[in-house]
Amino acid sequence: MLPELGLVALILALLLGVLLGTLPLVGAQRNHAGLVASARPLAYSQLVFVAIAYAVLTHAFVVHDFSVKYVATNSNTLLPTLYQLPAVWGAHEGSLLLWVMILALWIAAVAAFSRSLPATVVARVLATMGWVSVGFLAFLLFTSNPFARLLPAAVEGRDLNPLLQDPGMIFHPPLLYTGYVGFAVAFAFAVAALIDGKVDAQWVRWSRPWTNVAWAFLTLGIALGSFWAYYELGWGGWWFWDPVENASFMPWLVGLALLHSQAVTEKRGSFRGWTLLLAIAAFSLSLLGTFLVRSGVLTSVHAFASDPARGLFILGFLAVIVGGSLLLFALRAPTEDKGQPFVAASRETLMLANNLLLSGAAMMILLGTLYPLLAEALGLGKISVGPPYFGLLFTVLMAPLVLLVPFGPLTRWQREQPAQPLRMLAPWAGLALVVAAIAFFRWPQGTAKTAAAWLGCAWLIGGTLRFVWQRLKQGKGRFTAEMTGMILAHLGVAVFVFGVLMTESTSQEMDVAAKPGQSFAMRGYDFRFEGVERVQGPNYLADRGTIRITRGGAPVATMLPEKREYASGGSVMTEADIDGGFARDLYVALGDPLGPDGSWALRLYVKPFIRWIWLGALLMAIGGFVVVLDQRFRRPVVAP
Amino acid sequence: MIRRLLPLFAFAALAVLLFAGVRMNSGRDNSAIPSPLLGKPTPAFSLPVLGDPARRIGNADLLGRPYLLNVWGSWCPTCRYEHPHITELARSGKVRVLGYNYKDTPEDAQAWLTQFGNPYELIVADEDGRAALDWGIYGAPESFLVDARGIVRWKLVGAIDETVVREQIEPLLAELDAAP
Repeated sequence: MLPELGLVALILALLLGVLLGTLPLVGAQRNHAGLVASARPLAYSQLVFVAIAYAVLTHAFVVHDFSVKYVATNSNTLLPTLYQLPAVWGAHEGSLLLWVMILALWIAAVAAFSRSLPATVVARVLATMGWVSVGFLAFLLFTSNPFARLLPAAVEGRDLNPLLQDPGMIFHPPLLYTGYVGFAVAFAFAVAALIDGKVDAQWVRWSRPWTNVAWAFLTLGIALGSFWAYYELGWGGWWFWDPVENASFMPWLVGLALLHSQAVTEKRGSFRGWTLLLAIAAFSLSLLGTFLVRSGVLTSVHAFASDPARGLFILGFLAVIVGGSLLLFALRAPTEDKGQPFVAASRETLMLANNLLLSGAAMMILLGTLYPLLAEALGLGKISVGPPYFGLLFTVLMAPLVLLVPFGPLTRWQREQPAQPLRMLAPWAGLALVVAAIAFFRWPQGTAKTAAAWLGCAWLIGGTLRFVWQRLKQGKGRFTAEMTGMILAHLGVAVFVFGVLMTESTSQEMDVAAKPGQSFAMRGYDFRFEGVERVQGPNYLADRGTIRITRGGAPVATMLPEKREYASGGSVMTEADIDGGFARDLYVALGDPLGPDGSWALRLYVKPFIRWIWLGALLMAIGGFVVVLDQRFRRPVVAP
Repeated sequence: MIRRLLPLFAFAALAVLLFAGVRMNSGRDNSAIPSPLLGKPTPAFSLPVLGDPARRIGNADLLGRPYLLNVWGSWCPTCRYEHPHITELARSGKVRVLGYNYKDTPEDAQAWLTQFGNPYELIVADEDGRAALDWGIYGAPESFLVDARGIVRWKLVGAIDETVVREQIEPLLAELDAAP
């Protein structure tokens, strides 16, 4: 009976979404205070019903209700309790419900934290988000009902995909979706401003904190996903340019461009049309990502059960939301830029360069992701665009960005003597070059890429700290939260760049056939293979290898990589073992048994500074959150 | 105005491409994952016979006549639904029907057969599901049709019923009879 209740709750949430999309909008257009005021109660009650549906599905997982088809296909009585809650979002239907749940939370959050905004603005914003929720709720109800029954009920469930039985599963999807869905807020503010016709800097100030929070969550979500792939998949990589990774990376890049252009529009009034367009694009790319992942149009390691009917539904939804908002943009966007004038040598120009490079990168990823589809549509056969394309183009586009980052904060708005920031940064550029040269010649097995790692990192850190020093020297010792966030995020870029380039240039890996007792030396570490034993886990059987690592005779770590065979699915999973460290990771994955003498295939890695990649991402995300604390976003709105 | 419409045009072009993509995908049935074994010999295996673990069956023992290998388990509700159809097919004598007991205990399997009847000429038991990996079995029920020379000719994920027998298995058997 309960699952039917969940379904009813979803239907009611859909109806409330329709009301939320209509009544406040009509009220705002007609100046009807009662209808305008209905926005908040509608938003809260929609959250209540979505939460009921979500709780019902969670309950079905906890009590192993295998009469619910979705539970029967994604759970099992042997599934550890820890994974019963995240199992809710283990496949298409439930993850979509999680998406709707997070959207409802964002809507309620906007309703709750917008007390100081004009009521009509809130009404329009919530109505726009209401329509987005209607689209997703209808998608859920018409094509992907998570409460569908399985008759006769299954005695035992099929179990959650073993890949997903990992702590990463608990945090990665919610964080990622919070980021994805969060761009709906900036989108809704942009659409509300376009409907209102008042496309000034005001809407940008209101939406900036939301964009920052959404972007920071997305950063955390992507970084966690990357970390998960690194230690769970047993491939030893951290980014694969997989279509689904790209689907989350495109909104991230455009969201980052949006952060910067919003800052310009808010402070200087420039780039108004461009900021609107980016706000629409960031959320549109989130929707496009959903489409790519769930329609089965592209093949990817993140195989969601695909269904053409679902694809058509999201495509239709995409056409309405994106097409509609772009049409609105064409009709209503400001025709001339009314911002403060600026010359070529100014911070505005640098921000424009930032925007162009980031959107260019997003565009090139979109092209690369869709190219196989285009080739197939044109009858050119099946083609896949691999890491070489993405890696090369991304580096080409991001290198200038890294070069420009330190200039941004040191260059004045509107007009700057180009010599000024150049003079301030020249010593740091020199220092970075010296560091790079030393790294190139002295770093063990260093290459040009190693030098680039030191160059980029030293330049970014030096340049960013130069700005800190400049502020202190001018007696402006106070740093606003906005500045602090910016400094942290830019330092995060430095750490990230260093991690990526050092890992790529100095990692070493070995594939070996190891007999028990045999040792292998790599980068000063000694890997000694002790043998493999059979162990029993809660819902799997595993072969567990033991490898002792020493350095100059001193023990460093004992590694226990496993190959697990899950009781229910028959699938074999590689659990690599990793000894993580600040300056290097040691990574051991177990392959297959090779012969009767107890020898096994082993894969050994030494990966210098790989943690810096995620550390950098973490700093960027923290920076994004810190900016939100800035006083400027708390100032009450002055009625125009 | 035209300049402002550019994003819309770009999106329209993208939507057309995505629509074409969905169209191309709806042609192929995504649920039917073709077995890589089709047209190839059965994987090498050696499995004990259910009820007589001392006796082992391998590829060579099954050559000579076509057979249908039906993967089942006592834990699998759909197998119970499929069972009468399998029984009917075995009784008709059109093809040898062999069972592949997948991830099951011998006790449970025997109890199940006692309750619902045993239509199988022979049942091999794959308790830990290791041999199933080679067969590409990832659930139950699944069925393989193997010809007299031990080549896998057909595979179905899901339950066999009258329609499947009439429209897929019988034509294929006729074909095998015509060109042995």
